[in-house]
Amino acid sequence: MSVSSAQSAIPEDSVGLVQPQSTVLFQDSPLVLASGQTLGPITVAYETYGRLNEARDNGVFVCHALTGDAHAAGRHHADDPKPGWWDPLIGPGRGIDTNEYFVICANVLGGCQGTTGPGSINPQTGRRYNLSFPSLTVGDMVSVHSELVRSLGIERLCGVIGGSLGGMQVLDWAVRFPDQTAAAIVIASGHHLSAQGIAFNAVGRRAIYADPAFQGGSWDPESPPRFGLALARMIAHITYLSEDSIALKFGRRLQDSDQFAFDILKETEFRIESYLHHQGKRFVQRFDANSYLYLTRAMDYFDLARYSGSLAESCARASARFLVLSYDTDWLFPTSQSRELTSALLQAGKHVSFLELDCSFGHDSFLIDIDPLAEVIRPFLKQTRASEQRRAARTRTDSQ
Amino acid sequence: MPDVSVRLTDELIMKHIDASSRVIDLGCGDGRLIERLRREMDCQVLGVDLERSNLLAVIERGLPAVAADLDEGLKDIPSGSYDFAVLSQTLQQVRHPQQLLLEMLRVARRALVVVPNFGYWRIRLEVLWSGRTPVTGTLPYEWHNTPNLHFMSMYDFRELMESIGLTIVRESPIIHGRAVDRAWAANLRADSAFYLLEKRD
Repeated sequence: MSVSSAQSAIPEDSVGLVQPQSTVLFQDSPLVLASGQTLGPITVAYETYGRLNEARDNGVFVCHALTGDAHAAGRHHADDPKPGWWDPLIGPGRGIDTNEYFVICANVLGGCQGTTGPGSINPQTGRRYNLSFPSLTVGDMVSVHSELVRSLGIERLCGVIGGSLGGMQVLDWAVRFPDQTAAAIVIASGHHLSAQGIAFNAVGRRAIYADPAFQGGSWDPESPPRFGLALARMIAHITYLSEDSIALKFGRRLQDSDQFAFDILKETEFRIESYLHHQGKRFVQRFDANSYLYLTRAMDYFDLARYSGSLAESCARASARFLVLSYDTDWLFPTSQSRELTSALLQAGKHVSFLELDCSFGHDSFLIDIDPLAEVIRPFLKQTRASEQRRAARTRTDSQ
Repeated sequence: MPDVSVRLTDELIMKHIDASSRVIDLGCGDGRLIERLRREMDCQVLGVDLERSNLLAVIERGLPAVAADLDEGLKDIPSGSYDFAVLSQTLQQVRHPQQLLLEMLRVARRALVVVPNFGYWRIRLEVLWSGRTPVTGTLPYEWHNTPNLHFMSMYDFRELMESIGLTIVRESPIIHGRAVDRAWAANLRADSAFYLLEKRD
């Protein structure tokens, strides 16, 4: 287990120090991707929090969003300045209670934080895949997650949860591997990305392609297309915020003066400009430009309705109970999309709950405003688990 | 509303719902009725409400709850997906009662509705006597803070059903905390009434 004893600097309800883990899957037979191409072996970076119980029925899989990673909770070192990306939600007594659940989070296929992606070395050539990496879909990411769960000895998860691109993975999982999870929690997400969302992704990718350092994807790791990638991040970041949150946090305030500079080349005059530049700069330090291309494309491709004749027919394949959550200020995955999904799940006769949460932070709310999220996730998971235990008890009685 | 009348209304509603049927409860509150329907009658249920605390209470019971504003109709609920739609003590609070009733019978075969009766003698007397907006047990609000937008009597309700083409399969006036099948001067004596509705063919 990856949890060590609580450190003095780390709060008691934190999972504490965690160890990044790694495994190699699809060694004997490669994964057949949605595109028809094959890929294998695949290295998967993951972390786990809490303990898998004897019945192996307390697993909860966390799916990260576009640029997230496997480090969802806890800290890697005692002096780590920042915990994992969903740390306030995951821990002893927290929304996803690690005293109760065994939580797993893995970096997605095509990512750049330890799982095989375009920046990995192709064992056949000894060089980075770059754009020779096969095209990916959300389904391909889920196929790898699903295999990881099996490799950990878990037949059926108590729940799968994720926001944004993570929510798409949850939906795909519930529909394609219906026996593998009892609950599906879809947050600030949808059954597809809107045309507007695809448009923003397209501009982001164009920024990367147009960077002279891009070199057809075979860029020198010493000089990556950082301007293009930073610009892609700046554009995307705007879609994660709301008009209100930008107004509140930055307003029209200037960065370091209350006078206009009248300097046309000063790109950080307004605070919001400076903030976006900072976001862009930080992002290029941790993210692979080619991964960004593959992952945004996978997001564009995702369309749950394509698994069957209609969205409702696709939903009919699932057996999990669903919790769908949206945010009133999210315009990338607006509430109307969550309602459409809920409606399709109802049409398919599924157990589904839907809530719209109020939070001013736009799409990013699910990473920021954790208490309202925990308040609904906690009872939902608890009730799912209770229902699973009743089901297991019935199966035992039936087989006697 | 006092607990006694809540229990009475719940039981009245349950009496008209078939076991193992599909039931949607509009304005489900904390989900107490749908939990009984699930447990005691094996119904497949859905709670609809606008308040987050109510939706959470339903989820805490392990039941599904969907947030919706009844003033905007039931557009997320697929047609014909339920056998029964329940609307208890809520019709008078929605902006468009007739649209909601038609919506209920779009999503369900039968609608079960409990409404306060503004024809009740105490209300008539109070208006007459004090010259003020009535405040009674079933209408416990002041005019400026009441959630009740519409005040209808049993006569009014019947007339509306006639004009929007719905059949009253059953009408039970609630008098002194008891639902009765028939009563003399019901519109004067009942403080509320229960209706079982169907679409006219």
